[in-house]
Amino acid sequence: MVPGLAHYLTVAAVLFTLGIFGIFLNRKNVIIIMMSIELMLLAININFVAFSVVLNDLAGQVFAMFVLTVAAAEAAIGLAILVVYFRNRGSIQVEDIHMMRG
Amino acid sequence: MILQLVVFYIFAVVAVASGVMVVAARNPVHSVLFLILAFFNSAGLFVLMGAEFLAMILVIVYVGAVAVLFLFVVMMLDIDFAQLRSGFMRYLPIGALIGFILLAELLLIFGSWIIAPGVANLQAAPFPTNAPAMNNTRALGDVLYTRYIFAFQAAGLILLVAMIGAIVLTLRQRVGVRRQRIPEQLARTRAQAVEVVKVPLGGGAAPAGD
Repeated sequence: MVPGLAHYLTVAAVLFTLGIFGIFLNRKNVIIIMMSIELMLLAININFVAFSVVLNDLAGQVFAMFVLTVAAAEAAIGLAILVVYFRNRGSIQVEDIHMMRG
Repeated sequence: MILQLVVFYIFAVVAVASGVMVVAARNPVHSVLFLILAFFNSAGLFVLMGAEFLAMILVIVYVGAVAVLFLFVVMMLDIDFAQLRSGFMRYLPIGALIGFILLAELLLIFGSWIIAPGVANLQAAPFPTNAPAMNNTRALGDVLYTRYIFAFQAAGLILLVAMIGAIVLTLRQRVGVRRQRIPEQLARTRAQAVEVVKVPLGGGAAPAGD
């Protein structure tokens, strides 16, 4: 028996849910929230590749590559903003970030 | 093949377990290391599916770049992480509730999943059939550099913008740092650098800069 589409989709669903769960659990820590987002993007990539293989269509793998690109860019920019914010304010607590609140 | 299934379950269980540890670990450095483990196991799943190129890209990009960046930031910022975890138990029930609802809904969808009958003929880029000469990397390159070339260039532009943005955000000019200014040194002339002072007898030379 070979692992089929449902196997991979289940793993991806569990990883995605863990990402959501992590955002709820670590509401104060921006770094862990960003790691949870990476976990969710990974789950999306597993979905893309699974469908790509099952449907015998390379477009899914090409798109997974673009997701990877955007994830890398997002991590770089997000962490740069985090570093600048910490340098200016000395804290990265989510509750402290309300400068732009009206 | 039973072996394939066993390997799948090993990769899947380790990936999910390290995903749990990413969100639950007490120390953020451990979180990053478990994130790396999750990426490695997902790369294993990709290899199992037959997407070797993406698996290698996943290891290179995520483990080699993104996770190391996370590690760098976690270690560089001096943060009281124990204080950041203070609401952990308070948010656990609502997070678990929403997580279970989402997971149940996703599994309900996957349980009743049917691929539409005509979809097999709608492939945008079908995998080439001449199997021995064609591997995953080559097939992906054939598609990526022809059919998706504009999207590929746009991805490169996104990375360029991200790189410039990260540099512009984090670059700062420190004040009060002495550094060598080579153009000014090279532009000095003899008139600026050498001064002939007439010393009166018995009076001594005036201090420089007077």
